[in-house]
Amino acid sequence: MADRTMVPFPSNAIVPRKDADKRPVLEAHHLGIDFGGLTAVEDFNLTIGRSEIAGLIGPNGAGKTTVFNLLTSVYQPTRGTILLDGYDTKGKNSFQVNKMGIARTFQNIRLFANMSVLDNVKVGLHNKIKTSFPASLTHFFGYSQAEKAADRKALELLDFFSMADMRDMPAGALPYGDQRRLEIVRALATQPKILLLDEPAAGMNPSETARLMENIRRIRDEFDIAVLLIEHDMNLVMGICEGICVLNYGRVIAKGTPRQIKSNPKVIEAYLGKKAEGKNA
Amino acid sequence: MKKNLFQNMKKTSRKNLVTYLICFSFFAAVRIMGATDNLTRHFSSLLVPICINVILAVSLNLVIGFLGELSLGHAGFMSVGAYAGCLFAIKFKEILPAAVRLPLAMLVGGMVAALFGLLVGIPVLRLKGDYLAIVTLAFGEILRSVIINLNFTGGASGLKGTPQDATFTAGFAAVILTLFVILNLADSKHGRAIMSLRENAIAASSVGINANGYKLMVFSLSAFFAGIAGVLYGSSVSILSASTFDYNKSIEILVMVVLGGMGSIRGSVIAAALITILPESMRALADYRMLIYALALIVMMILGTSEKFMLLRHALSPRRLLSKAVKHFRYKKEGQNNG
Repeated sequence: MADRTMVPFPSNAIVPRKDADKRPVLEAHHLGIDFGGLTAVEDFNLTIGRSEIAGLIGPNGAGKTTVFNLLTSVYQPTRGTILLDGYDTKGKNSFQVNKMGIARTFQNIRLFANMSVLDNVKVGLHNKIKTSFPASLTHFFGYSQAEKAADRKALELLDFFSMADMRDMPAGALPYGDQRRLEIVRALATQPKILLLDEPAAGMNPSETARLMENIRRIRDEFDIAVLLIEHDMNLVMGICEGICVLNYGRVIAKGTPRQIKSNPKVIEAYLGKKAEGKNA
Repeated sequence: MKKNLFQNMKKTSRKNLVTYLICFSFFAAVRIMGATDNLTRHFSSLLVPICINVILAVSLNLVIGFLGELSLGHAGFMSVGAYAGCLFAIKFKEILPAAVRLPLAMLVGGMVAALFGLLVGIPVLRLKGDYLAIVTLAFGEILRSVIINLNFTGGASGLKGTPQDATFTAGFAAVILTLFVILNLADSKHGRAIMSLRENAIAASSVGINANGYKLMVFSLSAFFAGIAGVLYGSSVSILSASTFDYNKSIEILVMVVLGGMGSIRGSVIAAALITILPESMRALADYRMLIYALALIVMMILGTSEKFMLLRHALSPRRLLSKAVKHFRYKKEGQNNG
């Protein structure tokens, strides 16, 4: 899998249509954003292949979440381009890039707390439910079939994390770990081509983290999608990521396989400061 | 335990059924009272206003309770609808019979109000919370001033000559239509999208919900029903005067929504009916009406966030009391059998 890791993708290389499925699912070229006079991210390049698990790491305040916000069009980049499955996301809204195939979770959980677990997933399925507006107002014209299909699909997705029996609970009443899982389920419900996870293991104990690692692999394999994750838990990152990109002060300081990253002096310096010895990055 | 049809229904459909039942039994009760000559003139004059206020409260609840945005311009939409519908009714006074004229006038009033909802919606999309409330408030006041200064609306002296088509039956039909549409919407993919925006707009956008589109949709749908209520109002008064649709009217509707519980359609229905009946029954306190509204709002806000009150309310909820009573009864029966 090492050959699929992130290598800077030549910005003019648009893959021919017949090779569309070999095209990287996500490309960022020379991405940069300024907030007033502050440059939060600068010259960020990233290429993620189909069904690759990639990691984005870096010290606090390095700009990792800003990169996520750029990729999902929460912020519009000041410079550079993002190609999602080959299509430019310039000028698109968050909901439009989601339709193009990118879904995410949030560092500080953002569930629809007062809605049921099932409804949270059904909001994720929104664009997949074929109910017309008149059907919604009258509950005729194929409303019940579409709604039943949505229920089935939502329960199927919840079952992936064995959460189907919590369907009627308000999402806000779930235990912390389940809230994180529900966020992932909701993101998966939009049938993305790439899933962005923002600190999925935050606040989890080692055994939960181990289960999460297994689940992320299952997501990649069963849904056949790429995963890009931000994480501080190095066991998780080193354990499942095929490619890792290290960010510091808004700039990429290293890219490579977990093995390469672990021994990269720049990375060690960023995490531990200068004159560091050992390599427990 | 064997489950009956009622228990087998989805929780939301069950809740909705109760709401419809409340409305239909009220309608039936009034009809029976009317048939047996027990209806006082005073009470029967309140029937159409009750319908109007229920529609207004339910439609405002769509914006406040479901979308989670504060709009203080509901009386504005009502006035636009009222004038559009009444002008239409006056125009077709001779041509159409009342049974056709009123529904058509309502449709026209609703459509025009919905258009205004869309027009107001577009500039206020970028605003949230207090700012949105201020802009919608200003919008209502602007509309009122414009209507007073126009000629074809009758100006300050009001619009006269609207056929008096509004009956309790017509009003009731409009209420049921409103409830049908809004309750259905709440339990659909579009309704879930609206509620997800209330819960967390950023997360909703991240799963493909078009926030601006849905806000516009809610604004214009809510305005549509406010317009219908306006037409109903215009068809029940002899002179339609723009000064009715002032800031206080918007606040009155808001009070109904807050008293009934934001997001609770059934609550809005009951609160709207009560707020229509109570001030008329307590004429002596008429001067203090706005004061009482303000106090009621403050008390509701305090109680609504008080945990102890929530627990008390839960303990005293009719369903709980009922199930307790049933359990008690069963227990007693079993005790008798055993002993």
